[in-house]
Amino acid sequence: MSHPAPVIAPRKDLTKALKAALGKDMLAHVHAHNEDSITVKRDALDGVMVALRDRLEYQQLMEIAGVDYPDRAERFEVVYHLLSVTHNHRLRVRVTASEATPVPSVTGIWPVAGWLEREVFDMYGVLFSGNTDLRRILTDYGFEGHPFRKDFPLTGYTEMRYSEEAKRVVYEPVKLAQDFRQFDFLSPWEGADYVLPGDEKAATPPPAPPPPTPKVTDKPAETGAGKAANKAAAKTSKGTAKAPAKPRAPRKPKGDAA
Amino acid sequence: MTDTPASTIKHHGSDMFEGYPVDTADTPGDLQVTNYTINFGPQHPAAHGVLRLVMELDGEIIERLDPHIGLLHRGTEKLIEHKTYLQALPYFDRLDYASPLAMEHSYVLAIEKLLNLEVPLRAQYLRVLFAEMTRISNHLLNIAHHILDVGALTPGLWLYEAREDCLGFFERASGARMHCAWFRPGGVHQDVPLKLLTDIADWLDDRMPRLFEDGLALVLDNRIFKQRNVDIAYVSKEDALAWGFSGPMIRGAGIPWDIRKSQPYDVYAKMDFDIPVGTRGDCYDRFMVRVEEVRQSIRIMKQCLQQMPEGPVCSDDRKVVPPKRAEMKQSMESLIHHFKLYTEGFHVPAGEVYVATESPKGEFGVFLVSDGTNKPYRCKIRPTAFSHLQAMDFMSKGHMLADTTAIIGALDIVFGECDR
Repeated sequence: MSHPAPVIAPRKDLTKALKAALGKDMLAHVHAHNEDSITVKRDALDGVMVALRDRLEYQQLMEIAGVDYPDRAERFEVVYHLLSVTHNHRLRVRVTASEATPVPSVTGIWPVAGWLEREVFDMYGVLFSGNTDLRRILTDYGFEGHPFRKDFPLTGYTEMRYSEEAKRVVYEPVKLAQDFRQFDFLSPWEGADYVLPGDEKAATPPPAPPPPTPKVTDKPAETGAGKAANKAAAKTSKGTAKAPAKPRAPRKPKGDAA
Repeated sequence: MTDTPASTIKHHGSDMFEGYPVDTADTPGDLQVTNYTINFGPQHPAAHGVLRLVMELDGEIIERLDPHIGLLHRGTEKLIEHKTYLQALPYFDRLDYASPLAMEHSYVLAIEKLLNLEVPLRAQYLRVLFAEMTRISNHLLNIAHHILDVGALTPGLWLYEAREDCLGFFERASGARMHCAWFRPGGVHQDVPLKLLTDIADWLDDRMPRLFEDGLALVLDNRIFKQRNVDIAYVSKEDALAWGFSGPMIRGAGIPWDIRKSQPYDVYAKMDFDIPVGTRGDCYDRFMVRVEEVRQSIRIMKQCLQQMPEGPVCSDDRKVVPPKRAEMKQSMESLIHHFKLYTEGFHVPAGEVYVATESPKGEFGVFLVSDGTNKPYRCKIRPTAFSHLQAMDFMSKGHMLADTTAIIGALDIVFGECDR
């Protein structure tokens, strides 16, 4: 017995069928956790989806999910979840996109994609070429930005309240009573790759002085002895040396005058 | 419904809502054909939440219908990315607040799938038992409101009585009537007392069917009820597939698709139950599918009670499931586990899964992406209402304005889940 999640029987010869139907448009096929996911070329998405629906019998598009990986060159993944009610199988189709590269819309294949694409557009700013109704869907009328991007702060930028003076709802920049605090509880000795909060306040100790270079006397000239050194010493001492000062007269003892 | 003031009534081809073809040819007898654009909601009792429908009406005939959603959008998915896996669980109760435990079900199964965590048999039975009770309470609410929306009050009073019992059972199991947070990764939070199980069995044998059948006997063959629902918002099998329908909506259209049967999770594979299927694909079929599902849920619950074994109700994997408090007082190791699991939480291996369960409203899916830390990297929630509500435009085209309430009632939407 293992986990109790929904049991999906693997589909026989899926890899072969996918290769036959999609050819070079399929970039990768991963089978993990008993789920199949394929990555396809973005520009070929339309043809791929038609082939999957008509030849491999994935009749239903259940979900389109956006995922943001800001470190990647094409930061967004758009993940389509297909369901075959005849083969009782699910397939995940993924394409990548950036802010500027539009993904072909699949509204012509599944009308349900209309709102799903609107949601991905609203939340991530992924553009869908061919979607004639790409309005915002979940955020407020007149909202700016794409809130599910990883670089969008959890608090957002504006907050709204009912203003008694203005007798209407007003929008204002977010004011937090205390700084937003993020706890991740990762163990610092188990691979948290950042400075612990508070540690940055501790004064950094002054850098240790470089180790002194040891004095070496490989050649006689470096020893500070010998004819040349004596001559140089005599030269400097001639100019600067003064005549010895006269010894001072002894002081009269105090109290004699009294 | 609020009739707009005269100033907002627009003629065909006005610039307020663009793109509608205009037939300008004069018809004998008609002086001028004008279309109304009216607002249904967002605060309309038949909208089942904060739904705003912008309707274009030709007389009383709906010509175009544009649902505006998102008025209850709380950014749940973003919030979940900032919480540990366990802290994110209560957000699911607040999605579909009419069937909270069914929402948790998908989420805990997704975590268990990523962790490959074994769940004790008793916990699986308890989950199925309460998931079915959730289905009953959800359907009772929807059936009652559907009937109310088309004009009958009394059956709703019977059904609310039974729903109140369900909420009482939830409270006795978890401590909360609605937002239970009772399913946990690895099982359920607390075992239930034996008296609760016997009370549920008595309720299933006697009170529940009596209230349910009595209430529905008033309406099932009622002429007015049928006039309001039969042949309203017909959906063909092809449309149901293309529009991503699931749950009672796809079964009402005549496709026998139920994830509990086809992709069984927990102990559904051991349960004996039937899938009701509609024959005409109209609002009445969807209503009757839900009615029959309540009866089937009663069957499943009875089987759960008969078969449920004794034993632990949560996995004993201490790297995921925290120990009980009593244990914590005695054992140093338990204390450490308790502290670590309630601060840092458990780490889930990197990977991604899509787990969908048969929630009362349809396929409720969770697409969980883990990067190996204690927080989900991405948790996409697949709401059932999104595809159903989107199809509202084509379903209600050509129907009367008063049919809108019947259509929304048969959709069974809750905005906590739709807007997330």
